[in-house]
Amino acid sequence: MKRKAYYALKIKRAAQLLFYKRHMKPGVKGWELKNALGSDYPKILKVLDDHLEKLDLQVKTVFEGEEPKEKPTVEELNKARFFVTLRGGLPSKDSKMMGWRIDDIAGLATAISYVISKKGKAPREQVGDLLRSKLPGWRVDMNLNRYIRAGYLAEDENNMLYLDWRTRAEVDQKALVDLLLGTES
Amino acid sequence: MSAQEKKHSSERLQRVIELCKSVEDKGVDPFAVDVDHIIATLKKCFSDWESPEELALDAEAVQYLASVIQNQGDWVKHRSTSLYTDPFLIEEKLQRLDKEGLVTLFTKVWNPIIELEQLSIPSIAEAMKYWNDLPPIDERWQRLDPTAVMTGATTREELIRQKILAEKTFFEELEAFWQTLKQKVGKNEKILYWDFVGADTYSETLDNAYMTSFLVTYGYATLKLDPLEEEIFIIPLKEPRSGLSDKQMVSVPISVSHEDWIRWKEENQT
Repeated sequence: MKRKAYYALKIKRAAQLLFYKRHMKPGVKGWELKNALGSDYPKILKVLDDHLEKLDLQVKTVFEGEEPKEKPTVEELNKARFFVTLRGGLPSKDSKMMGWRIDDIAGLATAISYVISKKGKAPREQVGDLLRSKLPGWRVDMNLNRYIRAGYLAEDENNMLYLDWRTRAEVDQKALVDLLLGTES
Repeated sequence: MSAQEKKHSSERLQRVIELCKSVEDKGVDPFAVDVDHIIATLKKCFSDWESPEELALDAEAVQYLASVIQNQGDWVKHRSTSLYTDPFLIEEKLQRLDKEGLVTLFTKVWNPIIELEQLSIPSIAEAMKYWNDLPPIDERWQRLDPTAVMTGATTREELIRQKILAEKTFFEELEAFWQTLKQKVGKNEKILYWDFVGADTYSETLDNAYMTSFLVTYGYATLKLDPLEEEIFIIPLKEPRSGLSDKQMVSVPISVSHEDWIRWKEENQT
C-alpha cells in the first residue's frame, strides 16, 4: 500500500475512533489509539488535527494529572485521553445547541471560575452560596450535581469541589480568568 | 507538670490538630496558622510527655503542622503562576456580571467535546440477530421447581468408584510412598531426584513429584543439593521428623517441565 493511501486509511480510522462514543466517558485513551493505529498515532492525530482546523475543530489532549511542561513522553501520551472539541469557541447565541439552559451555562461558568480562583479547590457550600445569589435555591444543588455528573467538577468526601477532566478538556482556564478580569465593573 | 496542666496541654494539642486539619479539609487560608507560635508550644510541652499516647498526639500535631507548611508552599507557588488572581476580585466580577454576560464570556473559552452516537447497518444486523436468538422473558425467568429425588443408601466402595472418597487417606498414601522411596534407595543413602520421580508417563512423573514435595515438607525425607554438579538427591529419613526443626526452613523450587521429563527419558533409555 502506498504511503499516502496508508495514512488516508489511518486518518479515517482515527476520526471514527475520536468522534464516536465508545465508552461511558467520551474520548479515546492513547494506548487504545496505539493499538488501533500503530505507534505513530501522534503523527496521524497531527494530520487529522490539520484537517479538522478547516472545520474549526481540533484534537485535544488531556494528560493524566498536570500537563507536561515540555514535549510529552510516549508514556504520558499513552496514558492521556484524546477528544475532538471545537477550536474557536461558540457564538453565545448557539449555546442552546449544547442542550443546556442559559442559567445552567452561567452557573457552570461561575462555579469553574470560582474554583480556579481558589487554587483549584473550593468548599461546595461556598460555591453553592455564590450560585444562590443568581439562581433559585432549589436549582443550585441540582446544577452542581449535574456539573459533577458531566465531569466538569469533582467532589471529595469533605465536600470540596475540584476541576474535573471535562473542564480540562473543554475550558481554556487562563483565558477565562483573563476575560473575567477584563470585564468592566 | 500536674495532671491538670497535662490535661490543658493535651487539649491545646488537640486544638492545634483541628486547626491544621481545617486547612487541609476546608480550604482555610494556611497563613492563618501561626506556625512559629505552635512550634514553640509543642517544644514547651514535649519534655513533659511521658506516655505513648501523649507522644503519639505530639507526633500527630507535628505531622499536621508539616502539611500546613506544605500548603503554605503550594499557596506561594500558585500565587506566582499566571493563573493566580485574587479570589475576592473574581467573586466580585462574577457577582456583577448578569447571566447573559457570563454566558457570552464563557462561550468564548468553552470548546465542547464533539461526540456522536449513531447506528450502523452491521450493528443493527447484529442486534436483530441477538433479538431473534433471545428466548422470551417467560422462558428465561422461568422458576425451576426443585424435582423430588428419592433418597437411598450408598456404600463406601460406590463413593470410591465415583471418586468422592479416596481409597486411602492422604497420609496412608504418603506412608506407602515413603516405603517405596526407602526400597528404591536400598543400601545407598540417597537417590537422584529424577531417578525417583521420573516415570513412564509425564502424568505419573507429576504425581510422584507432588507426593515427594509432601514427603520433604512433612519430614519423611530430605533433599541434598549439589550446586557444582547441579544435582538434587532425596534422602529418606529412618523416622519421620516431628514438628519443625530449629534450622531455618528453605523452599527449593524444582522444575518438572515436560521438556525436563523428555530429556530424562532420553538419557535413561540410552
